[in-house]
Amino acid sequence: MSDAPAAQSPWQTVTITRIQKRTPRVTSFFLQPSRPFAYRAGQHVDVRLTAPDGYQARRSYSIASAPETGETIELAIEKLEDGEVSPFFHEIAAVGDDVELRGPLGGHFVWSDSDGGPLLLVGGGSGVVPLMSMVRHRAMRGSLVAAALVFSARVWDEVIFRDELIDLAERRDGFDLVLTLTREPARRPADYARRIDAAMMVQAMTRLPAPPKLAFVCGSNAFVTAAAEALIDAGVPAALIRTERYGV
Amino acid sequence: MVTRGFSSGRKPPTDTNARIPPGQYLEQGFPVLSAGPTPHVRTEHWSFTLKHGPRPIKKWNWAEFNALSLTKMTRDIHCVTAWTKFDTAWQGVLVDDILADAGIEPPTAFTLALGFDGYSTNVPTKDLTGGKAMVALLYEGKPITPDHGGPARLLVPHLYFWKSAKWLNGLQFTERDEPGFWELRGYHIYGDPWREQRYTNDL
Repeated sequence: MSDAPAAQSPWQTVTITRIQKRTPRVTSFFLQPSRPFAYRAGQHVDVRLTAPDGYQARRSYSIASAPETGETIELAIEKLEDGEVSPFFHEIAAVGDDVELRGPLGGHFVWSDSDGGPLLLVGGGSGVVPLMSMVRHRAMRGSLVAAALVFSARVWDEVIFRDELIDLAERRDGFDLVLTLTREPARRPADYARRIDAAMMVQAMTRLPAPPKLAFVCGSNAFVTAAAEALIDAGVPAALIRTERYGV
Repeated sequence: MVTRGFSSGRKPPTDTNARIPPGQYLEQGFPVLSAGPTPHVRTEHWSFTLKHGPRPIKKWNWAEFNALSLTKMTRDIHCVTAWTKFDTAWQGVLVDDILADAGIEPPTAFTLALGFDGYSTNVPTKDLTGGKAMVALLYEGKPITPDHGGPARLLVPHLYFWKSAKWLNGLQFTERDEPGFWELRGYHIYGDPWREQRYTNDL
């Protein structure tokens, strides 16, 4: 008999413990890992599904929950009509189901309170998910780092985590929220109703006490390209801008 | 572990499947991934430097580099984010032809590919020579767009695509296998898609 531990697969079984619809197209899935793990705000996981004939599909999803939340991790998954994994989550997955997960992954698009700020976060659509983890991490740590989130969505009802973000901004503890809607009029006094541009970035930065030390941009490729160029035009050095892109 | 309710409806036919490494899916588009903003490198400001450690061996400007012999390479490419794209058509200068123009044999067993944006990625030298890799200048017959790494990107199609550094401005021979940008941030030191070497601890 050997005392050597068996080699552990990097994959583990996670159980869906709660499902919460966030917007018409985005639903949060809360997963309890069989082997709980620590992670950093902004990291992602790989999820793997296996068919009876052994066929597997895997996709990467950003973690929406804060590292301080506990063992359960939240993935906020947008349903892609031509997708393979997201339709499974939206149409089939139920509380009590198991899927396989690997992670946490990624060591670049991450932020901790100890990294400091000011912090400028720019998200488009479900690109807000890893930024939400950072915003929640900041709040749960009682961080004093100044942060602003500029969040672009098509319409008010597609602003993922809307009520929670507005509540966090109303604490006035150094976190500010700027919403911009691309297909509806603005709802709040200081919000916008257009695509992100350099002027909007300049105005967002006036809400910070000093120029950003780090900027994180996440969304579709087209969104990230436009938002990163808007930041550069607004005077943010390219070396301070970290990007994460999805989709084609 | 079989996932309840998940079926293999998207499983590709067997002949197609043989070209898709484990854990990958077939993508028709050409997704863009990068760690930062897209640099817009103008060809009049472009240069490519071959280095041995910190010491430059030879430097080419855009016109000089384009005067080297061009080779066509059509290959399947595999991104660590799990998409595979078939038959991507590139034209560029084989690393073999760059070395020949510099009049050298590879001085070390390891190489770092360097980008204008500060990106780096390590590749064993033997994975760059013998016709296996090129500095690509054209994609489907046209200049490579900035979001796909133009004016020039490395093409090492047999490794995960983060090894094919965008906005390439040099190759640096190193004495040791030095981890690059993603290799320092959790990704595999070699990155063979057929052995599914995605992350640091993968065998």
